[in-house]
Amino acid sequence: MSPKPATPKSRTVLRLLERFGLVIVLLIIGTALTLLQPQFLTSANLLNVARQISINGILAVGVTYVLLTGGVDLSLGSIVALTGVVAATFAHPGEWPVLVPIALGIFSGACCGAVNGLIITRGRIAPFIVTLGMMTLARGLALLLSNGRPVSNLGTGFLAVGGDFLGFPVQILILLAIAGASRLFLSNMRLGRHIFAVGGNEEASRAAGLNVAGIKTFAYTMSGGLAGLAGVMLAARITTGQPNAGVAYELDAIAAAVIGGTSLSGGVGGIGGTLLGALLMGVINNGLDLLNVSSYYQQIIKGIIIIGAVWLDRRQRN
Amino acid sequence: MGWLLEIRDITKSFSGVPVLNGVSLSLQAGEIHALVGENGAGKSTLMKVVAGLHQPDAGEMRLDGNPTRFRSPHEALQAGVAMIHQELLPFLDLTVAENIFMGIEPVSGPGWIDRPALHRKTVELLDRLGLKIPPDRRMRELRVAEMQTVEILKALAHNARLIIMDEPTSALTDREAGALFAILNELRQRGTSIIYISHKLEEVFRLADRVTILRDGCHVATHPISGITTEALISLMVGRPLANRPRSAPGPAAPPILSVRNLALGRRFNNVSFDLAPGEVLGIAGLMGAGRSSLLSALYGLDPADSGEISIGGRALKISSPRNALDAGIGLVTEDRKVSGFIPLFGPRQNMTLAALGRWCRFGWIDQAAESAVADEQIRLFGIRASGRDQPVLRLSGGNQQKVVLARSMLAGPGVLLLDEPTRGIDIAAKEEVHRIVSDLARNGTAILLVSSELPELLSLSHRLLVMCEGRITGTLDPRTTTQEEILKLAMPG
Repeated sequence: MSPKPATPKSRTVLRLLERFGLVIVLLIIGTALTLLQPQFLTSANLLNVARQISINGILAVGVTYVLLTGGVDLSLGSIVALTGVVAATFAHPGEWPVLVPIALGIFSGACCGAVNGLIITRGRIAPFIVTLGMMTLARGLALLLSNGRPVSNLGTGFLAVGGDFLGFPVQILILLAIAGASRLFLSNMRLGRHIFAVGGNEEASRAAGLNVAGIKTFAYTMSGGLAGLAGVMLAARITTGQPNAGVAYELDAIAAAVIGGTSLSGGVGGIGGTLLGALLMGVINNGLDLLNVSSYYQQIIKGIIIIGAVWLDRRQRN
Repeated sequence: MGWLLEIRDITKSFSGVPVLNGVSLSLQAGEIHALVGENGAGKSTLMKVVAGLHQPDAGEMRLDGNPTRFRSPHEALQAGVAMIHQELLPFLDLTVAENIFMGIEPVSGPGWIDRPALHRKTVELLDRLGLKIPPDRRMRELRVAEMQTVEILKALAHNARLIIMDEPTSALTDREAGALFAILNELRQRGTSIIYISHKLEEVFRLADRVTILRDGCHVATHPISGITTEALISLMVGRPLANRPRSAPGPAAPPILSVRNLALGRRFNNVSFDLAPGEVLGIAGLMGAGRSSLLSALYGLDPADSGEISIGGRALKISSPRNALDAGIGLVTEDRKVSGFIPLFGPRQNMTLAALGRWCRFGWIDQAAESAVADEQIRLFGIRASGRDQPVLRLSGGNQQKVVLARSMLAGPGVLLLDEPTRGIDIAAKEEVHRIVSDLARNGTAILLVSSELPELLSLSHRLLVMCEGRITGTLDPRTTTQEEILKLAMPG
């Protein structure tokens, strides 16, 4: 251990920075945007931001489970497309109660995730490869089920998922509920603790009698199921089940989690950080839009932010 | 006479634990010098210092009379010092020739490998020692003995004048070992020096010119091989008198809690049978690779046995995972706590409750208050020094880490506790605390199976002692009457 020359006071400041670094960055960016473009700080715009981040937020929460075990899930974007198509197929007006398409969407996503988890743990194949395969497979299924065409003509009950409730976008309410439940789960429940343990040291977890394969499979199932939920939400918002939707969504989700401090090598991180990461990405996107920055520059800036955030995080840790 | 290598007063500690304590050694050109000592005597560490893998804390090294310090194995190799490790690490998918000349390939033009020259030079080297290994064969297709020969050739290709070999025959058949000795004799005649680490004293007498004995990181003696007997060598290796003799055995009347019959696993161990009673500490002595750790792993289900029978309290059980073992009341403290002992970023609290978290849960929901209370209690009970129950265990000293792991095993409530090198790499004060904890656990009725490479530890803690050698139990001894010499004789392959 290196000696710490810091006085207690500056150490407190450091610890605050460590804990609330992202919040501070968000506040700085928010203030700057407000000064540059007063339109940023209006309730209409902020609700817009919330709407924009909700799907990425749900995916990021899901992928956090997987990242915490030390794995990765590249199939999320394709699962979004597949589950959107599945849900839309059962969401035509007057055919099924609204819960049926929603449940089927989530269920089919969870199935994809479970398959990922089972192959990774039973077949001992790297998560990168398995979920890369699932990415192609799920996309193919989505195209097959929809004949390559958007599934439209959806019932109003289903479309309400993409609408507002008491003035709030339903999607952001779903995100907050999922994130809150996940946070409680990960920090207060046995299985949540076990997820951190497996990512922290898989060997030691096995030696402590944990069912490592089961815990990992659970994480992938959770990730897939939440991607299913995101698929349902996306279909409701764009009023069609789009087999070509969701391309590269998994990368934004992983980026949000990593910006939020979740380690790609597992065992470190959490939902709070992931939410902040998603929020930061959303605010920056929105701000650049408001400032009329070209979308080419936007991509460049986003890339720099992802690398920079991880770089800062590394420095802080050492 | 000029020495090829002189090392003076080399000292080395790892995280505060001294491993080498002022060791000196001199080596002539064209000499085979054996290095012997018990497990943990510092043989491998000393040689890693010589070969540039470790930097000494103090002391000096001279090569041909010139002060030298190698900052990397690469520097050592350039100066003509090569080390062949016990575990070979060849490039399995490259050819013999490519392995031998890795890093010093003959090149032409801007960096093309000159394949004809590579082949020719390899054949030259092979001919020099009268060997017949096809230069274009992939390493993967060679036997271990051949891979080892390739390592020697690699050293020669670098013009090594000193080759250090760490237990080279541990994976060889007798015949292959004989062929290796012929090569080493040939090298000696050509003036190459060899430092030879081995547990097999028979080899030492057959091969070496001189022998140096290390014990507890100190140089004990150096003798010409003709001036010493096997008995004298063993007693020099053991040396120290025992601080405290063991206590009396527990009532032998107690029926065994753990019975093992004819347990076997591949080539690791076979035909292992013993009984363990509640409150008894059964020690297992043996050299590295004798199968002691594999036996504990099998009993705990990490690496399940192929055949044989394990029963707990008279009931035969199949143990195929740690979960099975824990459910049956068997706990394990593993040999390498960093690899498989604890979750580095969890604090003592989360680590200690990990194996039995269900005890502090309702419907899967952790009762944080109860968990914290238990953690604080265990921290006090085991005397764990940490800034709090949530300080990452990574940041604790080795001794405190080990106590956390012990506490975790005990919280799972085992009747049988398997301890694999429980005091490795921890300082003396912590060692004594761990010894006290082990004795207390046994007094309270826990049956303990203790594997340790430190004979004094085994002798002072155990009520009975098994000795293992090459996967078999070679003796059962009474620690109150046996001697370290007797144990070592049973532990050495004959």
